[in-house]
Amino acid sequence: MDKVYKAGSKVAQFLQFLGNTVTKRIFRLGFAARFFVAIFLQSGTAFRRLNLTLREVYFSGVLSLIIILVSGLFVGMVLGLQGYDTLQRYGSTEALGILVALSLVRELGPVVAALLFASRAGSAITAEIGLMKATEQLSAMEMMAVNPIARVVAPRFWGGVVSMPLLAALFSAMGILGGYLVGVKLIGVDEGSFWSQMQASVDFQKDILNGVIKSVVFGVIVSWVAVFEGYDADPTAEGVSRATTRTVVTSSLAILAADFILTAFMFTGA
Amino acid sequence: MARFKRPEPTFFPTYPMPQEPLVEIRDLNFSYDTRTILSGINITIPRGKVVAIMGSSGCGKTTTLRLIGGQLKPTSGSVKVTGQVVHELDAKQLYALRRRMGMLFQFGALFTDMSVFDNIAFQMREHTDLPEAMIRDLVLMKLHAVGLRGAHNLMPTELSGGMARRVALARAIALDPMLIMYDEPFAGLDPISLSIVGELIRKLNDALGASSIVVTHDVQESLKIVDYVYFVSEGKIVAEGTAEEIKNSKTSYVHQFVWGEADGPVPFHYPAKKTYGEQLMESAVYRG
Repeated sequence: MDKVYKAGSKVAQFLQFLGNTVTKRIFRLGFAARFFVAIFLQSGTAFRRLNLTLREVYFSGVLSLIIILVSGLFVGMVLGLQGYDTLQRYGSTEALGILVALSLVRELGPVVAALLFASRAGSAITAEIGLMKATEQLSAMEMMAVNPIARVVAPRFWGGVVSMPLLAALFSAMGILGGYLVGVKLIGVDEGSFWSQMQASVDFQKDILNGVIKSVVFGVIVSWVAVFEGYDADPTAEGVSRATTRTVVTSSLAILAADFILTAFMFTGA
Repeated sequence: MARFKRPEPTFFPTYPMPQEPLVEIRDLNFSYDTRTILSGINITIPRGKVVAIMGSSGCGKTTTLRLIGGQLKPTSGSVKVTGQVVHELDAKQLYALRRRMGMLFQFGALFTDMSVFDNIAFQMREHTDLPEAMIRDLVLMKLHAVGLRGAHNLMPTELSGGMARRVALARAIALDPMLIMYDEPFAGLDPISLSIVGELIRKLNDALGASSIVVTHDVQESLKIVDYVYFVSEGKIVAEGTAEEIKNSKTSYVHQFVWGEADGPVPFHYPAKKTYGEQLMESAVYRG
């Protein structure tokens, strides 16, 4: 009888833990959604005082340029090598330009740039807002009758949203340059074929525009996750550290999931 | 033409008569979930006075300040500032009220990405249309008042603890508030800085014609500058009076606090479930 009671008690404890965890997650998700709406409602300051948003474009975008450009170059170079290796089996090495460009513009450009952006800029935004919370700077702002969502969060959010497609475009451009250097200059693929086939096969609306749409969506995801995690961080050193980690993990997974959904809609079917 | 953006008159339909207290807290209760923080608090802050709220750490002093500033809502009771019940104000009215308040946070809470100058100019730029030249004059005037005019180009990371507190004080009075709240203004300061900050609190209050609330547990320094003191213990007001009355108080809690006695109504030992003897016995039995 005692064993049955103990087992029942453990099951009850487990169910309580499960219910508590699920409730907390749903509550947090609801808070994140309301926070997202609040950012839009409080975006007036970010647009009226454009210098606040431009400053964030500099911190999120310009300061991420090195990692984006260098990564783009190497990814393009690897694509050039791997693409050539595969294409030569079928005797169609002149299609290397198409392979490099489509891979980058459709997929690798937006996705890899977004992953790098989440690691470089997203984590920095979370840490900055989290530390502002921990050092009571956000409370001080509230007590000065200045809404921190309008003054701190919205400019960072829009700075990220604007930066992301620009970084993805630069990533793709550097990747194509990398593919060109390896394919044409190093291996000796015909330069004319490389560029002309690329020009003929890459469609502006289907490939480039869809890539831009993807990068905008990824920009919204990364910026939203970053500002929310910072704003919701526990106001301690450990809390900020955990929030920063969550930003990178959550936004990376969200980017990959969103990429699958967007690709399914954009590039399948007719 | 540059002009000060005053709040809409509708936000303050009836300015109370000057004799009325600036802040009135009545039967205030506040709880986090089931944990009671404040219970039945009654505090009056008259105009032009410096009032201290004292008590040991975690007794609910800072919570009281946050309730006055509208950052928290009471479980029951009311906080009135200039006759308005703070928790009943909507966001716009609350922000209009906060423009007339200044707050100094425990560790300054200076914006670390801005210089000392920009920290003080922050509110002026946010809430007024004043030209930069006038903002510059005003900022330097505020900094001069706290003795740090020469430090206007420094970043917060380049300031000592005492200097940061004085900059935060200059920022708190940037818009000449009617109410200045100080959250542990003396914490972690050396004796010289402590004395400077104490004197500034008194002088600025008198010069601005404001009222001040000083939340602190630094008895000796605060008793030099305040007009009235409330003692809070376990979320309740346990004593109140003028500085002189507090010094001579026979209340055991106040006596222990003022004279810094290790044991008394506030026990030295954190409560344990078992007595020390019982625990020693248990340990002996456990060891065999």
